[in-house]
Amino acid sequence: MIRARGGQLSGGFRVQRWTRLSVVSAAVTVAVIVVLAVVPFLFGADVTEQLTSLLIFVILAVMWNALAGYGGLISVGQQAFIGLGAYGTIFLTQHGIAPYEAMILAGLGAGAVAVPTSLIMLRLRGGQFAIGMWVVAEVFGILVTLDAGLGGGTGISLNGLDVFAPGYRQAYTFWVTLACTTVLLGLVFFLLRRRIGTSLQAVLDDEEAAASLGVNVVRSKRVLFVVAAVGCGIAGALYLANTLFIQTTSVFGVQWTAYMLFMVLVGGLGTFEGPIIGAIIFYLIQAQFGDSGAWYFVGLGATAIAFALFLPHGIWGAVDRRLQLRLLPVGYTLRKLDTPASAGADPAATDT
Amino acid sequence: MNVLVQGVLLGGFYALLACGLSLMFGVMRIINLAHGDIAVIGAYLVWVLVNQTSMPPWLAALLVLPIMWVAGYVMYVLLLERSRRAGQLVPLLTTFGLAIVIENVLLQIFSPDDHSLLSSTGTLATSSISFGGLTISIFGMLTLATAVVVLIGLQFFLSRTTSGRQMRATAEDPDVAELVGINARAVYAKATAIAVAIAGLGGIFLAIRQTFNPSTGPTQLIFAFEAVVIGGFGSPWGTLLGGIVLGVAQVIGAQVNPQYFVLFGHLVFLAVLASPRGGLLSRRGRTV
Amino acid sequence: MSLLEVGAVDAQYGLLKAVRGVSLSVDEGETRALVGANGAGKTTLLRVIAGAHRPAAGTVFFDGVDITRIPAHKRVALGIALVPEGRRLFPGLTVEENLSIAGGHRPGGGWTVERVLAIFPMLQQRRTQRAATLSGGEQQATAIGRALMCNPRLILLDEVSLGLAPKAVAAVYESLRELIGGGTTVVLVEQDLGRALSVSTRVTCMLHGEVVLEGASSALSREQITAAYFGVRASSGVGADT
Repeated sequence: MIRARGGQLSGGFRVQRWTRLSVVSAAVTVAVIVVLAVVPFLFGADVTEQLTSLLIFVILAVMWNALAGYGGLISVGQQAFIGLGAYGTIFLTQHGIAPYEAMILAGLGAGAVAVPTSLIMLRLRGGQFAIGMWVVAEVFGILVTLDAGLGGGTGISLNGLDVFAPGYRQAYTFWVTLACTTVLLGLVFFLLRRRIGTSLQAVLDDEEAAASLGVNVVRSKRVLFVVAAVGCGIAGALYLANTLFIQTTSVFGVQWTAYMLFMVLVGGLGTFEGPIIGAIIFYLIQAQFGDSGAWYFVGLGATAIAFALFLPHGIWGAVDRRLQLRLLPVGYTLRKLDTPASAGADPAATDT
Repeated sequence: MNVLVQGVLLGGFYALLACGLSLMFGVMRIINLAHGDIAVIGAYLVWVLVNQTSMPPWLAALLVLPIMWVAGYVMYVLLLERSRRAGQLVPLLTTFGLAIVIENVLLQIFSPDDHSLLSSTGTLATSSISFGGLTISIFGMLTLATAVVVLIGLQFFLSRTTSGRQMRATAEDPDVAELVGINARAVYAKATAIAVAIAGLGGIFLAIRQTFNPSTGPTQLIFAFEAVVIGGFGSPWGTLLGGIVLGVAQVIGAQVNPQYFVLFGHLVFLAVLASPRGGLLSRRGRTV
Repeated sequence: MSLLEVGAVDAQYGLLKAVRGVSLSVDEGETRALVGANGAGKTTLLRVIAGAHRPAAGTVFFDGVDITRIPAHKRVALGIALVPEGRRLFPGLTVEENLSIAGGHRPGGGWTVERVLAIFPMLQQRRTQRAATLSGGEQQATAIGRALMCNPRLILLDEVSLGLAPKAVAAVYESLRELIGGGTTVVLVEQDLGRALSVSTRVTCMLHGEVVLEGASSALSREQITAAYFGVRASSGVGADT
């Protein structure tokens, strides 16, 4: 509804999207990407590989958050698309396509599969959608297992990356990952900024009211669903490129949902910056405690519950509310006209 | 024909698993993503009682039900009450978190190895009667009969008792239920307790009919959910029918190729979702 | 001492203030009419009294007891019953179930399903029908009956005539007269000013969430009330006469 940038409202408020801080942070974002891009020149292959998996987590968290935090769709089955991306890459390389091209194509393929899937799944609400997606993931997993050419249930390796010299493979994979992360996050960012973000916000507030105002609820959700599928598909393909070996149980496993849930809840459900922070936190925790077995997962689950109940907008949400930081503005900020726009603290500012 | 009978008996088991899931959804609009893991807790509890104290399985089962009842009550008070008030999506997040916690605590205590009550239940689990070329498993019959008794019991409770009527009223309009003197919170806690106890009962049957391990739960949740959806989120009889359709589909799939057992069930479920009515006995406005 | 004492209550929905600083005192046995335009805050005030809406500020005392923080279902046990706007029966329950479900929370008072059916004879043959299948008038009768089953000392009626045929309204008010005669304290919200004045002993007029006029129903003229109703503050006698 509110579309004017810097437009005036009757009550002495001004609608604002870019604060001075967010202009600065956009510049910082560009700088971070540049710095990340030179990492393979400065560090060894192991650091590069580690950073690749961090970026994969970032993609996954942002995609899951786009669905849950903006579309109101809690999916327990995004591993359906992670698995499709990974196995799609295997399939395409088996048919003579170069690995990195195959990865991108497999990601887009996951998105193509998501279109008919959405026709059934988006008829479901809430918990029905959640478990329905889980069934979809199980079905895809079983179908892949039934194909002996894809290694059946025993797993399969990615061939074709061995043409690169050691060290270069990790570097190339990292650059591809960085490029994909930038493009995918940029895509989600601009999607949420455009009309679809506003209409989805209205849907989250009151789905029926939004529909009666002419917001095309299903279309908006479908766009998000397909984008999230592409993102998860590419993440799955990148995961394959980083580990070189996959099994159906590892890529179609529900543990991916546990990771995504944790990252998004801890970082901040429904904020753009939160999932990125959540992914970094998750990455650090995994590096620290990943070997502690079952207790590690108990801790993840319990932390996710605690955040859902006591800090529903996560760490970023709490920081945002206190400091009114709006680094990468997806929503709009409402400011009183008599306060100078430079000051950050305005109690009337809207939440994202 | 044998396939059909087997499928129907298997359906009885799924219906039993589905009762609690359906009840919680009907009363609170919450889908408990830890439902399957809760059933597995029931299985482990019976296993521990039988193996540590060598008590007969039926006695262990009688002890486990009240324990699960109390656990359900505690689960509502500690987890679901706050989740429910926090919004529609939060119960999904917290019950999924709970599922992760349960699975991994079980893993830590019991190791990933398979457990089973088969050896402790004598011939009950394996014997069958046959007539006219049909082979009918005694235990399968017992499971189906239990499911039917539980469904009839739930039906009776909801329609004939004060407590059940209060539950239906709260399911339809919790605000107004409060205004006529019903403590909605207590009703929700009771519904959760019943659902968890029935899930525990399902877990006991699970422990006797097959091996189980800490990661058995999610599959049980999916089967239970499929039974509820195929039945149309409606009446108890819909749930029973849904369970039977799912069971028959799986058994037919296994007949075609053993690897198709689970797949056929999933496909029937997706086909029902894709159909315009979205459920075999779906009727709008039914609560439980 | 008064049975109901509302002190400086503020109530809001999000940022929207529906009730601002309202104080109200209702004596035992009194019939109080709350009048005012749509959005004046009458329904919200009733919901605050019944415990269905938590006020942002202020207190509610019932029979000398502070009930501000007591949940709605416990207020029923103390003797407060609300007939909500739009009736809001439990559609899947039968008429009899809708009634009996409200019983038993407050012993004494003597309301039974039979007695409710006796004062609303039209419900007699609808007894085992689901509430969703009833006509508007029958639903309203069931809603009032359901509140009576709570054996209330104070009954709050929100727009009981809304959407009913004139004949049904007359029947509903006929039965109300019986209640009022029985000594139950009543607070009612009514759009029809004439009807509000004829059944009530005192009237309170609200505007934009505030009380702008209060007085004995017999002492206030229709003109005074209408002026207050639409916020014509220039008119004489506004806010006075207590």
